[in-house]
Amino acid sequence: MSDKASGEGIGQPVRRKEDFRFITGNGHYTDDITRPRQTWAYFLRSPHAHARIRAIDTSQAEQAPGVVAIFTGKHVAADKLGGLICGWTVSSKDGTPMKVGPHPILALDTVRYVGDHVAMVVAETLADARAASELIDVDYEPLPATISLDTCQNGNAEQVHPEAPRNTCFEWELGNKPETEAAFAKASRIVKLDLKNNRLIPNAMEPRAALGEYDKGSGIYTLHTTSQNPHVARLVLSAFVGVAPEHKLRVIAPDVGGGFGSKIFIYAEETACVWAAAKVGRPIKWTGDRSEAFLSDAHGRDHLSHAELALDGNGKFLALRVKTIANLGAYLSTFSASVPTYLYGTLLSGQYDIPAIYVEVDGVYTHTAPVDAYRGAGRPEATYLVERMVETAARETGIDPAEIRRRNYIRTFPHQTPVIMNYDAGDYEASLDAAMKAIDYAGFPARKSEAARRGKLRGIGMSSYIEACGLAPSAAVGSLGAGVGLWESAEVRVNPTGNVEVLTGSHSHGQGHETTFAQLVASRLGIPMEQVEIVHGDTDKVQFGMGTYGSRSGAVGMSAIVKALDKVEAKAKKIAAHLMEAAVEDIVFENGTFTVQGTDKSLPWAQLALSAYTAHGFPSADIEPGLKEGAFYDPTNFTFPAGCHICEVEIDPDTGITRIEKFVAVDDFGTIVNPMIVEGQVHGGIAQGIGQALLEHGIYDAESGQLVTGSYMDYCMPRADDLPSFTLGFTKTVCPSNPLGMKGCGEAGAIASPPAIVNAITDALGIRDIEMPATPARVWSAIQAATPRAAAE
Amino acid sequence: MYQFNYERPKSLADAEALLAKADDPKLLAGGQTLIPTLKQRLAMPSDVIDIGGLKELDFIRAEGDAIMIGAATKHATVANSADVRKHNPALAALAGGIGDPAVRHMGTLGGSIANNDPAADYPAACLALDAKIHTTKRLIEADEFFKGMFETALQDGEIIREVTFPHPEKAAYMKFRNPASRYAMVGVFVSKGPWGIRVAVTGAGQNGVFRVSEMEEALAKNWSPDAVANVKLPAKGMNADLHGSAEYRAHLVTVMAKRAVAAAG
Repeated sequence: MSDKASGEGIGQPVRRKEDFRFITGNGHYTDDITRPRQTWAYFLRSPHAHARIRAIDTSQAEQAPGVVAIFTGKHVAADKLGGLICGWTVSSKDGTPMKVGPHPILALDTVRYVGDHVAMVVAETLADARAASELIDVDYEPLPATISLDTCQNGNAEQVHPEAPRNTCFEWELGNKPETEAAFAKASRIVKLDLKNNRLIPNAMEPRAALGEYDKGSGIYTLHTTSQNPHVARLVLSAFVGVAPEHKLRVIAPDVGGGFGSKIFIYAEETACVWAAAKVGRPIKWTGDRSEAFLSDAHGRDHLSHAELALDGNGKFLALRVKTIANLGAYLSTFSASVPTYLYGTLLSGQYDIPAIYVEVDGVYTHTAPVDAYRGAGRPEATYLVERMVETAARETGIDPAEIRRRNYIRTFPHQTPVIMNYDAGDYEASLDAAMKAIDYAGFPARKSEAARRGKLRGIGMSSYIEACGLAPSAAVGSLGAGVGLWESAEVRVNPTGNVEVLTGSHSHGQGHETTFAQLVASRLGIPMEQVEIVHGDTDKVQFGMGTYGSRSGAVGMSAIVKALDKVEAKAKKIAAHLMEAAVEDIVFENGTFTVQGTDKSLPWAQLALSAYTAHGFPSADIEPGLKEGAFYDPTNFTFPAGCHICEVEIDPDTGITRIEKFVAVDDFGTIVNPMIVEGQVHGGIAQGIGQALLEHGIYDAESGQLVTGSYMDYCMPRADDLPSFTLGFTKTVCPSNPLGMKGCGEAGAIASPPAIVNAITDALGIRDIEMPATPARVWSAIQAATPRAAAE
Repeated sequence: MYQFNYERPKSLADAEALLAKADDPKLLAGGQTLIPTLKQRLAMPSDVIDIGGLKELDFIRAEGDAIMIGAATKHATVANSADVRKHNPALAALAGGIGDPAVRHMGTLGGSIANNDPAADYPAACLALDAKIHTTKRLIEADEFFKGMFETALQDGEIIREVTFPHPEKAAYMKFRNPASRYAMVGVFVSKGPWGIRVAVTGAGQNGVFRVSEMEEALAKNWSPDAVANVKLPAKGMNADLHGSAEYRAHLVTVMAKRAVAAAG
């Protein structure tokens, strides 16, 4: 391998190729694209959490300056478009499928959350569209709203959908109930905790946007949109919504500024823009503003749980039982049913050998924005529950938190948990040890005393997390209710001059695929990275792909590229054998050169590529001209990243402010292609975890259903000065189920960190629990509640 | 935003004339509150009269035992002024802690106090430093100027020209920021000067900035953090929202006051 290639090879912290265009303003985001005769859309949204629409009068608005057209639910219905779908079907304990209320693109007779789409105004300018929207007269009959998870299943709670009595979409279960009950019956100790997992609002830097176009000549629709999975969007828009047949619909997700899950889903806005583009015969652009993002992007988390952990006399876990109420919002979003079920219940074994687990999850409707996958998607909720329970068990039994984890770690692999997952590899104690060393765990008591002398409360907390990602074996997810397979595709096109285009079904919206994928291809072919172009995000270029979410692009997307590269190499060797008049078995390909073993005959890569296309003298029966290969890769298992995060906090008892003094994350991601990018992923994930633990909370008014935290005035996004400097470390067990041995790294930080932080805060305060986000006001109140009045004075 | 007439007068006199003849005018000084309000369509003025660029309102003068600051002087200018830093470092620090750098390079002193946001910082400084507010019509004592949430003594057509801050002997401002907005959830300005001792609180009260006479009396007897540590404010009259209860804010007033006295030395 040349020096250059080794500097760019797997394991090298290569700088991101894409950053130069982003930081110099040369990216191409959806809103950057402007078409001739383009119009603008503005969506009139419901001001009510729940109301009947008696009538919509658009006559005055239609006369307003610049208005091109106004669409309401009636127009959508008249065109017989389908509604938005949930692509994962979950069944209840009794075997009945989940109860799905219709999700119209524009409301027909009822609105079900503040921000629900009522009408689309298309006008010459955004200002015209917005001004006209205020002239639309909607005759609402406001109705009571169901907001609270505590009461939404009561018989007298206002119904969100008549199809779902008691607002219950499904009553799902997983695990073995009798075994769990039996284990509890013989337990020497039972630890109980009620836990809330706070609702989060994603806040990607780029708001959602869409540009719909229709070409009358060809009948082809084109949609530029902020999507993490453009092919899935096309499939849903064609097969389920019926905007256009799949071959007449092109979906392009160009540069996308962050997704965190919220851009997986197919929303009303882009659907309406592409559909209406044909109606008005002009391109239609919509770019959401931040307020719209708060109201209408799918939110995350929002669980209410009761958990019980059974232990024997030695602190060994015997069984776990969990009852969770998961908020789905007003409508099912694209994957929302899977998040609090198969992405949550399946991870409740954590890193521990727990013989029996039983979990019940009620998915419920409320008059709030839809809730779906958000960085981690179900796994942060599972990890939070497990790691808070384990910490509480340690405190109640008096066993050191590290020791109780060691006593219960899974140590042999593969390990079948009672909740579907089959863990393939791991060394949990290695990451625990490394994290404890990095944070100087042994020195904590001294630091606590020193802090106490300054009047500060210091606490330490850990989280031994595991997650399942690299979503996922198609057969496995199919059997669990997924409407899609979760393989990935790749195509490697070698050009006659030897440079290479790699088409991938993964989609980069911040992950750095243009760099890491190019590192893989360049090192494999022995060519410089600049000769590799990664192409993604366009259904006209990439044949099909499942997109990027669930930390899948390395483990699944890159595995597909490896498979395609295997085929390219095989064919190239065949050509080399022909050109050098040798047997294929004798051809060796190394460092970009083909040689005949045991001879001095050699052929450089570029020359072979050219020969593949000149094809002079190829035996046509054996060797086709050209050098281009495609592959589909379907994983054989999930990957199981795991590790240990430890957080040390200092609390000012006067103000309740929590400062994170130290944060150590030791992760096992298997093979790492680009450590700099992986560290960036961990940093970002922890930042979001700190946001959940200390700062962020999506709150609806319990009566009116108004979103109280609808702007940055009240929704607290993490800022740089809220975050400590992170200390990262890596341990490595290779994932046996993919060719590179990779595990996913994109979500681990957000999954692992919240319980470590809350464990540290409760340790500092000497209390059992505190709700997230642990804001200064909450921490102060907890101190007041825990302190006798005389001591507080 | 809705449409409006945008006017950029060349002098204060022109601004007054425009203000007098418009239907429903709004003065724009730095726009850090007005522009977001307009963008959210929460205000529909007929005319926006931009006085932010008026040179005659943009100055800092140290004269005798006071500093005069023009109404259109930006927060960053105040924060970085050698005169303010020398004679009134607490005021410079307050200005340097408003919002973020973008806000400090747009927002102005006059705009801040005319708006009288209950969570703004400058009203606490004005009240605690016995500031004199000079308008196009008269001089208003700080004690008479702030009339409650978003309300001031300013009359229609009246424009703030400058604010006079007498030099304090000792002063400091301590702010507990709202975690989300970073506005003052509780800001306490303590001072000692020719006016005696003052303690002014912003952010906490339902009616905007206010003075705490019990703390002022306690400090008059004994200028030390301990003197205010035992003065507890009632929760009644304090703001309460998702970021904190009235009790929490009342408690924070004492904590911030204690820290401000310690910082003032």
